[in-house]
Amino acid sequence: MLSIVVCVKAVPEPKAAEDLKIDPVTKAIPRHDIPLEINPLDRNALEAALHFKEQAGASITVISMGPPPAGDIVKECLALGSDEGILLSDPAFAGADALATAYTLAKAIEKLGEVDLVLCGRASSDGATEWVGPELSVFLDFPVVTMVREFIQFNGSSWQVKADIENGYRLVQVELPAIFTVTQDLNSPRTLSFSGIIQSRKKEITTWGLKDLALPANTVGLAGSPTIVSKLEYVESKRECEIIEGSLDEKLDQMIGKLVEAGAV
Amino acid sequence: MGDTKYPVWVIAEQILGEIPPVSLEITGQARILAERLGVEVEAILLGNGIEDQVDLLFSAGADVVHLGSAPEFTNYQCEIFTESIVARARDRNPQIILIGSTFMGRELAPLIAAKLGTGLTAHCIDLVLDDNGVLEQQIPAYGGLMSIVCPEKRPQIATVARGVFPMPNLDEDRSGSVLPVEPPQGIKIRVQTLEVVHTEPEGVPLETAPIVVAGGAGAGSLEGWLEIQELADTLKAAFGSTRPAVDEGWTDLETMIGQSGKMVNPDLYIGVGLSGEQQHMVGITGAKVMIAINNDPKAPVFEQVDYGIVEDCRIFIPALVERIMKLKSHAGRTAHVV
Ligand SMILES: Cc1cc2nc3c(=O)[nH]c(=O)nc-3n(C[C@H](O)[C@H](O)[C@H](O)COP(=O)(O)OP(=O)(O)OC[C@H]3O[C@@H](n4cnc5c(N)ncnc54)[C@H](O)[C@@H]3O)c2cc1C
Repeated sequence: MLSIVVCVKAVPEPKAAEDLKIDPVTKAIPRHDIPLEINPLDRNALEAALHFKEQAGASITVISMGPPPAGDIVKECLALGSDEGILLSDPAFAGADALATAYTLAKAIEKLGEVDLVLCGRASSDGATEWVGPELSVFLDFPVVTMVREFIQFNGSSWQVKADIENGYRLVQVELPAIFTVTQDLNSPRTLSFSGIIQSRKKEITTWGLKDLALPANTVGLAGSPTIVSKLEYVESKRECEIIEGSLDEKLDQMIGKLVEAGAV
Repeated sequence: MGDTKYPVWVIAEQILGEIPPVSLEITGQARILAERLGVEVEAILLGNGIEDQVDLLFSAGADVVHLGSAPEFTNYQCEIFTESIVARARDRNPQIILIGSTFMGRELAPLIAAKLGTGLTAHCIDLVLDDNGVLEQQIPAYGGLMSIVCPEKRPQIATVARGVFPMPNLDEDRSGSVLPVEPPQGIKIRVQTLEVVHTEPEGVPLETAPIVVAGGAGAGSLEGWLEIQELADTLKAAFGSTRPAVDEGWTDLETMIGQSGKMVNPDLYIGVGLSGEQQHMVGITGAKVMIAINNDPKAPVFEQVDYGIVEDCRIFIPALVERIMKLKSHAGRTAHVV
């Protein structure tokens, strides 16, 4: 039976993320509690794991690194059908860049013992770096394929997958244990079911901190991150906008005028 | 200023034996950074039978090209490429490595960074040196511009999309030295690219299109989306999108414009039903004329374009398409009469 780890990230809900803007006057970012959700592409990764489980049997462990409220996201993954849920949470983990995040996740995955498959979403909606999956592969010494859009064939020890490239795809053969990052084309993630919520009620999530992973503090969080934010500046728009007023017909006339001016019609 | 010894590196790429524009653009930017630092630009290029491409890298600004030309390098092979690049980087100690945000670059960059134990910034929209010669890697964030630095670890690595930096003037008189890269021996191969399939891209390519019509979440449904697409078709424009439209499955990631998508430089940009979030707008800063259509007069997009129309796109766009069609058929008839 395959032992699968799915890495999920708790990200700000898109509508809430929009409010996180630097103030043009104070130059500060307003602070408030942001509602979190499962990073959308991580849902595709979890869906793939659930699919494997239904097809051939697998054990699924979801791991998320984040502040305590991210535990709700892990619980949601249990309700969706994961077997185990682990939250990596410790004040020392805060401020981690992709490298420190991947390192911490790798140490947690090592602690789990034998793992055949690690699945991640292609990117997170709030950071969008795409780095964590591949960096994890370096720390675990697993092979990696990014942007997987189709699992084609499994022969017991290796997978054949299709992965996106510029205007096309590549067909890749990978030996397990391996890491895949997946795209939204892979599948349509399921939504929570009532029975799933009931069944997962009794399941507990495990929380691991710095001590549980036996890591030196300078390898995680901000201290373990090679990159830092050096400044955040407000940028003024360079364009002056003219709002085209009038009735619908007048606006259409003016719009056609602009298109003609630009040589578009 | 800063480190005056170690080179600025570029990971060049070849697709079907040809160097894509992004590799030359970042070589041009590497040249600018290297001249300020007083160091050389080195590019690494892996492929098979690609010796003829080396001069292009010299003319774009490279002083040294590390060239791997061997059957093993024909297609991008994750482990072989990573190993070759990391081994050579350990040898040359570049202080900066620039990588194109191509599919290959986006997989290779984190592998190289993690192996070298250093930082990496994704999809930068500008790269400048501070007074100490440290690379400020700029990305849009929180409605502003954020600078990320990697103060201690070297190299400083950044990925950059096509179109962020201009194509450098290619100076054909420039030349440099070529250092061969041999395929690595005796490494474990666990990932193998069996086949690479390139399909002809459909429609007008975004990166070079004179007119771009982009749609956003405001389309509201696939139906609304197809209306915006029809406007693009009617204008023979390239079609672009925002991230929510991709997430909805209305369109492919290949059409996404912005920081983590494509950069466009059209004469005319028409943004429909999109809010003007900065991560999208940084992809269009080079446009000559910009028009936005949004039903919310307070939408931030109206602060960033030249002309704004406050209308529901579901009403305005089909009406506009109809007008254009009429105009075209009219023009067709007059032309016929003449
Ligand atoms: C690190 C990072 C990288 C990112 N990279 C990118 C990127 O490369 N490209 C990208 O696009 N996004 C990117 N994003 C996402 C980006 O921040 C925004 O979420 C996204 O651009 C918003 O898309 P939108 O304008 O379509 O949607 P919304 O912000 O939801 O705006 C929809 C707009 O449509 C209008 N509208 C609604 N109904 C109608 C109607 N009937 N008629 C007319 N208008 C209507 C609304 O008033 C609203 O202004 C990134 C985000 C992060 C955090």
